[in-house]
Amino acid sequence: MALESLLKQLAAVALCGPAEAGATATSHAARGSDAEVTVAPGRVVEAVQLLDAAGFMVEAITGVDWLAEQQMEVVYDFTLVATGERVVVRTRVPRAQPEVPTISRIYPGADWHEREAHDFFGIVFMGHPNLHPLLLPEDADFHPLRKDFGA
Amino acid sequence: MSTTAQSLHEEMFVLNLGPQHPATHGVLRIKLMMDGEYIADAESVIGYGHRMQEKMGENRTYAKFLPNTGRMDYVAAMFNTHGYVCAVEKLAGLRVPERAEYIRVITAELNRVASHLLWLGAFLIDLGGFTPLLYTFDDREQILDLLEGLTGTRLTYCYYRFGGVCNDVDDAFLAGSRQFVARMRARMPMYHALITKNIIFRKRCEEIGPITAEQCRKYGATGPVIRGSGVAYDVRKAEPYGAYPQLDFNVPVYPQGDCLARYMVRLDEIVESLRLVEQALDRLPGGPVMAEKVPRLLKPPKGDCYFNVESARGSFGVRLFSDGTDKAYRLKLRSPCFSNLSLFRECSRGMLLADALALLGSLDLIIPDIDR
Repeated sequence: MALESLLKQLAAVALCGPAEAGATATSHAARGSDAEVTVAPGRVVEAVQLLDAAGFMVEAITGVDWLAEQQMEVVYDFTLVATGERVVVRTRVPRAQPEVPTISRIYPGADWHEREAHDFFGIVFMGHPNLHPLLLPEDADFHPLRKDFGA
Repeated sequence: MSTTAQSLHEEMFVLNLGPQHPATHGVLRIKLMMDGEYIADAESVIGYGHRMQEKMGENRTYAKFLPNTGRMDYVAAMFNTHGYVCAVEKLAGLRVPERAEYIRVITAELNRVASHLLWLGAFLIDLGGFTPLLYTFDDREQILDLLEGLTGTRLTYCYYRFGGVCNDVDDAFLAGSRQFVARMRARMPMYHALITKNIIFRKRCEEIGPITAEQCRKYGATGPVIRGSGVAYDVRKAEPYGAYPQLDFNVPVYPQGDCLARYMVRLDEIVESLRLVEQALDRLPGGPVMAEKVPRLLKPPKGDCYFNVESARGSFGVRLFSDGTDKAYRLKLRSPCFSNLSLFRECSRGMLLADALALLGSLDLIIPDIDR
């Protein structure tokens, strides 16, 4: 199966990541995706390049604020339109310095998703050509989806 | 020609399309850099209708957030509700009774037809044809009346519940749906005669606004946009959910990638949706419409999952993180219109302004769905 060989390549990228890094197959029925890949922030671009070469489509990019662990998670969802298979790429960055390299050069559609994640969480996508507010007002200096943002 | 006139001729100028403009179908601003009649650059400015739905999904219980889902894509509210309840059901491990799954197919497909009809009328207005709107709204009204009788609302439905649907269908709805299927089938040849064969319409659409399959992949464009570019991607087939695997339907695909291809996809989809409604009505099983023992206060176990459904505009996705409490830890709403609009900048470059409006209309954007 094509996904298996892709997973092996992704596992090689994930190897140099944090302790919990890895690439595992998951049950689509239970989780809504066929594989989960956790990588170090510096290896995101490599992992996404592999998915691009395999013909995946970018579905969504989003953040999660793990306040208790002082970490920000960035979740990338990809779909293979030919088969409907889904791969999730995850990475975690320190909450105090949430910086991840941009993938908007590989997927131009990631541009808006990254700007949205920057709006909501203050995650900085390094090398993004145009990281100014997309959905929030143009002078917004707050990040409403951070767990310590009162609303 | 004097030098001043020469430099005037070469000057680019900024043209604001919106935020209040009939062709943007909502509060969308597109900052156009114009080179005469041609578009040099088009920057979309969105967020005028931003309500931070994702935060609202975090600071209230699952059930309290449910009505919000019908207020994003208010033209096809069933799909957003469907995606959200399915994600919660998946995480909470709720099993939906078969009868409820079939009712969901019937109502969702009727909603798809209503949504495509609204798009059809509005698209033709963008192209300068007023008459079709009067016909499409006549047909759409029948669906709104049917769904109002069943759900109590005409647009912002909150009919699906965790574990089923909120009330069973009655005979009036079943008979009315059958009548509508027959009526709509008989209307299709009229629409093709009125619009598809109209030479002015064809000239405005054929080979206008081409979008390639590769562009769809790079931007995440789905729904009729990707199917109008020759890719048979439909979530109902790729990741079957609900009662769809038991029903027979085709995925219309047109390879040209122009405005006409997207138009044809949607018209063919109306026919396929009617087939789905008819089959689901024929095979509607008996039994309850709600799962047993659904707790009043849902507390899905810790973890996260993704669920997406084929909305009228493409793949609507929900990524849900639960921390085991009665409120979601994080709710990501993936809107199809958001991704579909993001490719407008690349695709509109070098187009005539009038043609770009046809392209914009053919993307079928609902702005509150983009802004959320």
